[in-house]
Parts: sequence; structure tokens; C-alpha cells
Amino acid sequence: MSIKEKQNSQTSQDFSKISEFKPKSEKEISEFVKFCYSKNIPIEVEGSGSKLKIGRNFQSEKKLNLSNYAGIIKYEPEELYIKVKSGTTINEINQALDKNGQHLAFEPQSFGYLFTGVKNLGTIGGAISTNFSGSRRFKVGSARDHVLGIKVVNGRGEIVKSGGTVVKNVTGYDLSKIITGSYGTLAVISEISLKVLPKPPSIKTLVIHNAQLKKSLEYLGISLSSSSDVSGGVFYPEYFSNQFFLNDLTNKGPITAIRIEGATSSIEKRLENLKKELGLLDDEINYLDDEQSKIFWKFTQNLKAFEKSEKNLIKVVIPPSKAVKTINNLKKHLTRYFIDWGGNLIWMEIDKLNSEILREIEEVIDNVGGYYIIVKLDDGLKAGIDVFKINSIKYKISQNLKNSFDPKRILNPGKMYSGI
Amino acid sequence: MTQLQMPKVDNQALEKRELYVSELQKILIKKENVLSHSDEIKPYETDALTAYRQMPMIVVLPETVEQVSSILKFCNQNKIKVVPRGAGTGLSGGSLPLKDCVLMSMSKFNKIIEVDYENRCVKAQPCVTNLSITHAVQDKGFYYAPDPSSQMACSIGGNVAENSGGVHSLKYGATTNNILGIEVVLMDGTIVSFGGKTMDSEGYDFMGLMTGSEGLLGVITQVTVKILKKPETVKTALIGFSSIDDAGNSVSQIISGGCIPAGMEIMDKALTKATDDHVKAGYPTDAEAMMIVEFDGTESEVNEYMEIVKSICQKNNSSSFKISESEEDRKRFWAGRKAAFPACGVLAPDYLCMDGSIPRSKLSEVLKEINRLSKKYDLPVANAFHAGDGNLHPLIMFDANDEESLRKTEEFGAEILKYCVKVGGALTGEHGVGIEKRELMCEAFNDVDIQQQLKIKLSLDPYSLLNPGKVYPILRKCAEEGRVHVHKGKTKFPDIPRF
Repeated sequence: MSIKEKQNSQTSQDFSKISEFKPKSEKEISEFVKFCYSKNIPIEVEGSGSKLKIGRNFQSEKKLNLSNYAGIIKYEPEELYIKVKSGTTINEINQALDKNGQHLAFEPQSFGYLFTGVKNLGTIGGAISTNFSGSRRFKVGSARDHVLGIKVVNGRGEIVKSGGTVVKNVTGYDLSKIITGSYGTLAVISEISLKVLPKPPSIKTLVIHNAQLKKSLEYLGISLSSSSDVSGGVFYPEYFSNQFFLNDLTNKGPITAIRIEGATSSIEKRLENLKKELGLLDDEINYLDDEQSKIFWKFTQNLKAFEKSEKNLIKVVIPPSKAVKTINNLKKHLTRYFIDWGGNLIWMEIDKLNSEILREIEEVIDNVGGYYIIVKLDDGLKAGIDVFKINSIKYKISQNLKNSFDPKRILNPGKMYSGI
Repeated sequence: MTQLQMPKVDNQALEKRELYVSELQKILIKKENVLSHSDEIKPYETDALTAYRQMPMIVVLPETVEQVSSILKFCNQNKIKVVPRGAGTGLSGGSLPLKDCVLMSMSKFNKIIEVDYENRCVKAQPCVTNLSITHAVQDKGFYYAPDPSSQMACSIGGNVAENSGGVHSLKYGATTNNILGIEVVLMDGTIVSFGGKTMDSEGYDFMGLMTGSEGLLGVITQVTVKILKKPETVKTALIGFSSIDDAGNSVSQIISGGCIPAGMEIMDKALTKATDDHVKAGYPTDAEAMMIVEFDGTESEVNEYMEIVKSICQKNNSSSFKISESEEDRKRFWAGRKAAFPACGVLAPDYLCMDGSIPRSKLSEVLKEINRLSKKYDLPVANAFHAGDGNLHPLIMFDANDEESLRKTEEFGAEILKYCVKVGGALTGEHGVGIEKRELMCEAFNDVDIQQQLKIKLSLDPYSLLNPGKVYPILRKCAEEGRVHVHKGKTKFPDIPRF
């Protein structure tokens, strides 16, 4: 052991006998990682565990649980930012923001219904590590677009910061981007400064009945290219129609829903413009008011369509013009699916998945210039199937990048890719 | 030019110049795409930070991505430094050549490859100008949102490298929030695409890392940008205030009141007057501060927000309030703001445009400090802010022919930026660090932060050949490479802490 490594391993706590450590401070996170670094101990990093099942299985000796490292550090509504510790629950953040009429505009998704049948938005650390974003994605960006600054503990146990609390900042490399969506494989997130935005004063939803897939995607395409500034566009095939319990949504066919948010005075006008632009007749549509709209879009945000699904679930992102082709080509493997992000995202439920079927799926998605992430995978299949796809060039540079943050591969090793 | 230490010149490389020229000619096929005569390379000696000039060793003008790859591979094998360059409009010296470098001008990559309305994106080569993307799609009512004031001339590849913003980034974000994919060539010649026409991408967000990396991690050879539908209505208000405090307070109250304008700008009296003289925009020249607020959306929405803004401004003692009644009005209102920098040319022979970023609520505090410093250094200053997102552009006026004046100007600028960091802001909001703010990086970051960034750099460019000497202080890099030495020459900001 070099002198430097000896110094690094001198910590105030003895971690050798602890299998799960719940730090209460950034210093403790750093000390724990330094200890593991000096001893080459692989760590599994987790928050509340709501998304823990996403990713590959991997070997670890110790757990670093951040759920006790929680709390709002600073919230300045007039500056439109909130700085939090990574173990803070999304619920706690939402409550604080709600008091000031603000919100996280990227609509962090809940995977609770999917994995356990109970809503669980998890922690902000988890939301940022996985970069899942709701229906507003095409308008406001994803989680990564809302991180203003970040503090992390890298695989050497060093505390590193990037960015800050102001919106505009191009000082040095934007580490918040590379950390967002890295599933804890580069560094342990300790603090996050997030951009917050005023909640729209009103929400309304235009629901189009009985449009089949192709027609629905045409409607969504026109809506997203219109001046009506829509903030959500989904398509649910008819088998989901009985899952909605809303007074103004009783239709039993496929559902196309388009969300409009903003100043109360403008909403009616924008809906009317949109209806005209889409060439819709009164008997093909109805509107959801504010309350019903909130319920409808939460249903989508929280993936309630797949509540307690026993099957595999894949997030497929494609250019919207290729959505119909993608679904048609994969129809025989799909048990259920729905479309979000105005045609940019397909959630695919697949009963039987094996390497051969996945190869076929991969080919179809590759051909249209898309990508996928397997969100839910039968435990028995995890050893033989890659959750994230990657080509050899990107694998090599990802490996180099990992090495720059976590040279001994102790942070979630193999969570995303074997060998990284 | 004040002294600024650049990476050690490789004299052996300079001796081999003729050999390199002939090798590069083989790669580029057309001899005229390799420039080495001093007359030919003179135009590349500086970018828009004109106080710094350096002739490169060789200039190359590749035409294909394969050529870019072969050049980088050749340079990597021969340990030759490479400085990439787009339109050369950068304000922080990001494409300042090195004496022993191959300057790679991307100017021949100037075509729009594809306009895809169905997927609402445009695929362009990196030297297509920012504005020509909008021009390519405006017939169908679309536009590209980020609009740096140099948008007529600056390149989209340069925008990605610097993560450029503009007056509308308050609502629509900067470059990083408006691109879907990039193709990049790494220093070892690897050609790789990140993203495409999809939202986000699988795996690590290399596109996010490359955006704003100032040409240190890769050469951008293609960019796919998101295009947006033009809003139905756009209205702009010109508001005069009798004090800068009142204008600053209005900004905070408008934002916290739940209105996010498309753009919100403030100019101080000196600049308002100068620009109005320049373009006759109809500005309230007697006001101490002038604010431009723009909303876009549907007519009723825009009117509703304008009413809210009006009442907030009135509560803050606004002295005038004028809303654009036509598109011509609106364009005229903006013409002044967009001509603010050239208008400064009337006030002094030269100006240095700074670019700090601060919390919105600190606007008037920072402005007072700038005025105090202006007196201390005895140099006039005019101020333009992207007030909505706290991005300041103080313009310090000086005479470049007077070396003492330039030295003082740079010290003054450094003090402003340090103050920005002190109040919780950033050294640069949209212009980049380049060489201009390089020595100030330790104001914002500690040694560990910078070491992590350098490790990322080395993971993609192990010999540190791509745009070296930019963004990160040199001495720190020497330490990283284990060659710590004490430099006794003059450096740009001798009083800052060193590592």
C-alpha cells in the first residue's frame, strides 16, 4: 500500500465489520468510500431502493445506503432552485415546492406500482442516477436538464463539485450531465441543486377517442409541431381504457390524450386552435378538467398501466416518425404497450424474453435509430441479457471514463455493463 | 498583449514542420487545404478575443469526417497539438492557436445535411451558422431557439463546444438543452456518435459532457438540433426605471411571481444611450436602467403576462412602459440590444466583454460593486444583462494601444468575476473559460475538483494534445503530469492561489 493509500484509509470509523452503512454526512460517505477504495471492496449504492431492480445484477460486498443522508439544504423560490441531499425523498421535495406553487418540471417517475404495487417516487438521488422523466420531456427536457449543480464522492472517496445554483454556467466540464443517468457507477451523488419552475396555473386535456395507432401518432405529431405549446401527448391502446376511472373518460376504445398547461386565459383558446388544426369533430373528443387531468397524467407518470405486472418491461425511445413501424415490427412479441413523449417513447411489455427475441428487438430499434433500456427483467433472465445496449466504441470510452472516476471499479461495478 | 503562459513549445515539432505539411497534404489530398505560409495563416491568429494573437504552425481545412479522423490520428501518433476552430467568434480565446499546433479549421463543414420536420430536427455540419438553421426552417414556421448575439456569424459546432446561450435561454435553455445528437472525432481518430434524433440516450451522457467542453475532448463534426414551432404571438415591452435597484427588484418579482418570460434584458443608462444613438430604437434614454421583457405564446396568454409585468414594474417605480404594437416595433426594440456591443465602439477605442453569472437577487448589489471598481480603475463600464437568468455582460472600455490600460482592464474584469463567484454565481455564463478566465478557475473550484476534470480529459486524450492550455491553469496540469515547476514569469493574475 502506498503512503497516499494509507492516508486515505485512515478514517474515524471502522467499516470492516459493517455490511450496510448509512452515512449521515458527506464526510462519512467520503470516509466509507475511501475505506473501500483502500481495500478494493465493491459497493452497492442505494437510496430508498425503489428503482434498485433496474440494471444488471452484480457482486458487491457492502451496501452504501443514502436514505439517512436526507434533507433540504437550501430552497430559494425566487431564485428558482432547491439544493438537497441525495437521500431526500421526492415527496419531501414536492411538498416544499408545492407550498410556493413550484414543482420539478421533469415529472420524476415512480416505479413503485411496477415493482411493488404501491406508489413510491423514491429519492432525488435515485431519480437523477437513472434520468427517467415524465410526459413533459419533449417540452422541458429530462431530469438531466434540471440539474444546475452537483456534488459527488468519486471512487477514490474524493468530494468533487461541478456547476452551482445559477441557471447559466459553463465553467469547466458539465459533470452533472455525465453523472445523471450513470446509475451510481461513476460516483456517489451527495448533493444536488435542481432548477424548479412555477406550476402552471391550469391544466386541461384533450382526449381523442378511438383513433388507432397510426392516426393517433399523426395527431400527436401535428400537436407537437403546433403553436399550441402542448406539454404531454400519449396513446393508450384500448386494453387500458378500463383502467381509467374519470367522469369524462368513459370511452372504451383507444385513447389519445394531449395536455395543455399555462395561463388560464389562454388554455381554452389553445385547445380550440388545436382541435381545429387536428380537424376534430365534437363527438370524437372530450376534455378533462384540471382535477381529472392531474389524475390522468399522474397515471402515466407513475406507470400505473403496468401496476404489478409480472412481465418484462422495456423503455424504447425512437424518432417519433418511426413509432408505428417499430410497434408493427415487434407486435408479435408485445403483450401490451403505450406511447408517451408525444410519440418519442414506447413502453413495451413483453411476456417471454430471451436472447434471440432481444436480438430481434435490438435490430428493429437499431434500424430506426432508437435505443432501449430494459426496466424490468425476470430474475432468471438477468444473467444472460444486457439491460443496456452499447457498441464497442462507446464501451471503450465508457470504460476510460469510469476509470477516471472510479479506477478500482468499486462503485456499482457491472450495474450498467459487464466490466464497467 | 499581456503575458499568458501557454504550454511549452515543442521545438522538435517546429523543426519538422515541412515534413508535417507534406504528410497532411497526403491526408487532405487537395494541397490548398493545408496552409503554412505566414500570409495564409495570419487570419487564424486570433478569435474574437483579439487582445491575444499567436500564429499557428500549420492550418488544415478538412472536408470530410474521415479526413478529420486521419489528421487527429496522425497528430496523436506524432504528439502534435491540435486546436479546433469554428467561425472564430468566441470571446474567451478558446481557439487561440499555439505556436506549435495544427489549427483545424472546420470552415468547409458548412452544409445543412437534413431538415426533418416529422421529427422536428435539423442535422447540420458544424460550421453552419446558428442563424442559417432558423433560415432553413422558417418557411414552415419553425426556428432554432438558442440565439447568441453573434448568431449571424457563429457556428453551430462552436455553440456546442461553448454551450452558447442567448437572450431567449431564460425560457428555452442553452445549447445543451436544444440538441439531440452530435458526431465527434476523438484525439485518437475514433469517430463516434452520441444521441441522434431521439430524446436522451442510453449509457453515459457523453453529449452532455462534450457540450461546453471548449474543444478539449473532441472535434465536433455533426450536430442534430431540435427545432421549435414559432409561437403564435410575441410581444416585447420596453420599460424605463429611475434606478437600477428598481429594475433588479422587478426581475426577481416577475420570476418569483410565476411568469417566465421568453427573454428579460437590462441595460444601464450608458449603454441605453449609446445604442439608441446607434440604431434609434426609441429607448427611454433618460432612464437609469432599461428593461426589455418579451413573452411568447397565444395572444391572450401574452397579454395576461404583460399585465402582471406592468403592475410589478409600476410598484417598482417604473418611469415608462411601452409594449410593441407590431413586429417592426419588436424588431426595433431588439435591434438596440443586439447592437449594444458595436455601439460601445463609439464610446471607446476598445472594450472587453465580460460574462459572469449571478443569482437574480444580487443584480443591484453586483452592479454597485462594478461601479465602485470602475471608479477604482478609472475605466468606464457599460452593462448589459440577460437579467432573467442572472447573466451579466459588463463591457469595460479601454484603449488597446495602451498596455497599461489593457492590464488594468483585465484586472478589473477579474475582480468582477471573483465577485460573481463570491455572491454564489459563476465565472462564465455562456462565453466559456478559454484562456480569458483560465487563471480564475481556482476561484470556483478546488484542486480535487480540477483534478477530476483533468482525469476526464486524459481518459479521452491521454497526451493532452487537443486544445491544450485552455480552461485549466497550466501549472496545475504540470502537477498532474508530475513535472511541478515554479514559473517566475509574469502570469495573468499573479495574486490568485496556485497549486
